[in-house]
Amino acid sequence: MLNVGKIEEGIVLDHIAAGKSLSIYHHLHLDKLDCTVAIIKNARSNKMGKKDILKVECDINTLNLDVLAFIDHNITVNIIKDGKIVDKKELVLPKEIRDVIKCRNPRCITSIEQELPHIFVLSDEKKEIYRCKYCEEKCRERF
Amino acid sequence: MRHLMSPLDFTVEELDRLFDLANDIENNMAKYAHTCDGKKLATCFYEPSTRTRLSFEAAMLNLGGSVIGFSDAGSSSAAKGESVSDTIRVISCFADICAMRHPKEGAPMVAASRSSIPVINAGDGGHQHPTQTLTDLLTIRSLKGHIGNFTIGLCGDLKFGRTVHSLINALVRYPGIRFIFISPEELKVPSYITDMLKENNIPYQEVIRLEEIMPRLDFLYMTRVQKERFFNEEDYVRLKDFYILNKEKMRLAKKDMLILHPLPRVNEISVEVDDDPRAAYFKQVQYGVYVRMALILTLLGIHV
Repeated sequence: MLNVGKIEEGIVLDHIAAGKSLSIYHHLHLDKLDCTVAIIKNARSNKMGKKDILKVECDINTLNLDVLAFIDHNITVNIIKDGKIVDKKELVLPKEIRDVIKCRNPRCITSIEQELPHIFVLSDEKKEIYRCKYCEEKCRERF
Repeated sequence: MRHLMSPLDFTVEELDRLFDLANDIENNMAKYAHTCDGKKLATCFYEPSTRTRLSFEAAMLNLGGSVIGFSDAGSSSAAKGESVSDTIRVISCFADICAMRHPKEGAPMVAASRSSIPVINAGDGGHQHPTQTLTDLLTIRSLKGHIGNFTIGLCGDLKFGRTVHSLINALVRYPGIRFIFISPEELKVPSYITDMLKENNIPYQEVIRLEEIMPRLDFLYMTRVQKERFFNEEDYVRLKDFYILNKEKMRLAKKDMLILHPLPRVNEISVEVDDDPRAAYFKQVQYGVYVRMALILTLLGIHV
């Protein structure tokens, strides 16, 4: 089995659905951070069968965890300090997400006005439904 | 500063005040004839809509104000590629209030976010048409004296008809409303609406034929069933007459049932019904002017 070493300070995103780690890597803009990142795909998991894990050695405040909650709020976020887990963050669905997903409604004003931010608003917390702020089209994109 | 994007932007109490004002305007037109002297309404219509635009213009002229604007995108700076955000900033320098219709959904909201004058959504694609809903509510309230405790039948294209969806969303805030949806299978009201009704314990029924429920209705809201919405010609031919209101079907209705229609009508209400005292759809157009007058005064903060 492949071994990836511990990190001293940063976050470990555990229980990512298998195959989703790369999408999370991009949405958290980890490609733009100058830090060590380990992407572990298809790790064995008792709970999930297979899972992905992301280890990021960075200041936790640099990451937008709201985006993470939108993508999958079942992900476990472990905060690491001095090589140990010091906190587990609970993810809550953000009320609003900005420029993470694009509105696919061809009749939406965002389809012609390029400079507009793509904003989705949480319209039903129970059913986890987000709607475009402008045209109220339901977000169909799942990660 | 307030705008109007959706009929739900106003609370029930605020709507009551708006409708009180509209009824006062109806009864005392002269009192309001100069309330907007020197004010300008910009009608920014990126797609043609004669009825709505003229209703807004008539409303402003009745208040003593004047009107500027354009009535299709081709004659505006949009043809040169100007954004809605820029257009509204410019219009804000010319006018005191703006009514905007745009084929793209959410365009008036973008305008409102950049505007220094109140913006009224005069229809954005298949999304919202709040002043039509305000018109419908004012008509119901004026002709029945109140909104609530009645059975309303909504008939025709309930799947794509935005006026129907907006009206349902607005009516659920009032007590004792019972809905009956009359439509072919292909054009049933979307499930997100029936789910919302179930969650709020609001009674509704879905039927295919108009005749069977006619005697129970206090209001019948008619909309057009378009041929192109059907999957095949055979279904269209089989069902189209179910949704044409004529004298014969009106015999089944209560003596005081009222017929509403957002107009334009094609053939879904036979012209023979027009002389029936229960036909309220042309009165509805008149109430549309009163409610727009009340809305202009309210958004401009003018108290009489």
